[in-house]
Amino acid sequence: MTTATPATTLDARGLNCPLPILRTRKALTAMASGEALLVQSTDPGSVKDIESFCSQTSNELLSASNEDGEFQFVIRKS
Amino acid sequence: MNATAQQLSPQTAPQPDQAAFQKLFDQRFDERMAQIEADHIPSMSIISTKGTLDMAYPPFILAATAAALGWDVSVFFTFYGLTLLKKDLDLEISPLGNPAMPMKMPVGPEWLQAIDMKIPNLVMAGVPGFEKMATKMMKKSLDNKGVASIEELRSLCLEADVKLVACQMTVDLFNMDQEEFIPEISGWIGAASFLPTAQKSDVTLFV
Repeated sequence: MTTATPATTLDARGLNCPLPILRTRKALTAMASGEALLVQSTDPGSVKDIESFCSQTSNELLSASNEDGEFQFVIRKS
Repeated sequence: MNATAQQLSPQTAPQPDQAAFQKLFDQRFDERMAQIEADHIPSMSIISTKGTLDMAYPPFILAATAAALGWDVSVFFTFYGLTLLKKDLDLEISPLGNPAMPMKMPVGPEWLQAIDMKIPNLVMAGVPGFEKMATKMMKKSLDNKGVASIEELRSLCLEADVKLVACQMTVDLFNMDQEEFIPEISGWIGAASFLPTAQKSDVTLFV
């Protein structure tokens, strides 16, 4: 098992659909398999979108949290 | 009747090895189907026919998102949709004849931004520069809300290998020049070339 400590952080705050997803894909492309990515976002739509993105692309969504409208997702690249 | 039933019964009742075979077959079949589904790369074909700022969003957003999900995507730009492939994008929006379009202030206090201004058609049609103003307001709103520009979405599509194909007939019809368009266009084609792609797609959309 590889560590779940995010190696990279993506700041997608202030961006609206579909940019958080597109930036996430781009960030993951540059990463090695097993590495974790932390995505920060403020778009409420990104909650469902990130979930759907992860299940479609078989990347693992390790955690999702919401603090006062600021969302954080940790995704492990497959 | 009885004779028929007696004759059939040995055949209809599955033999032990037959049942085992049936079970194995079902199991293997399900496994194989699941494998085929897992290996299948979804595909989408979009036909984009409109070149206004509002109608430029759906094809590019859907195409870029599908590409991010790992899908194969083709977009066929025809008629006014072809405008979306020009090197210099200068897209406008018209509230006239577009009754569902909300007219909202992109700046100012929140109560003001919430108001949907009902502007009479006569004003929209008669005031010079009304469309320019509406376009400016829409662009401001898009920017304020962190929505990507069409230029940005288009380059994201290209980056993600979305195939942008253009209608040759439209160029001829409106006396356009292929030089006016971005060089990344995958091909100048006609309906007969696009339909076979659409036929094999899981998702087909007309915008």
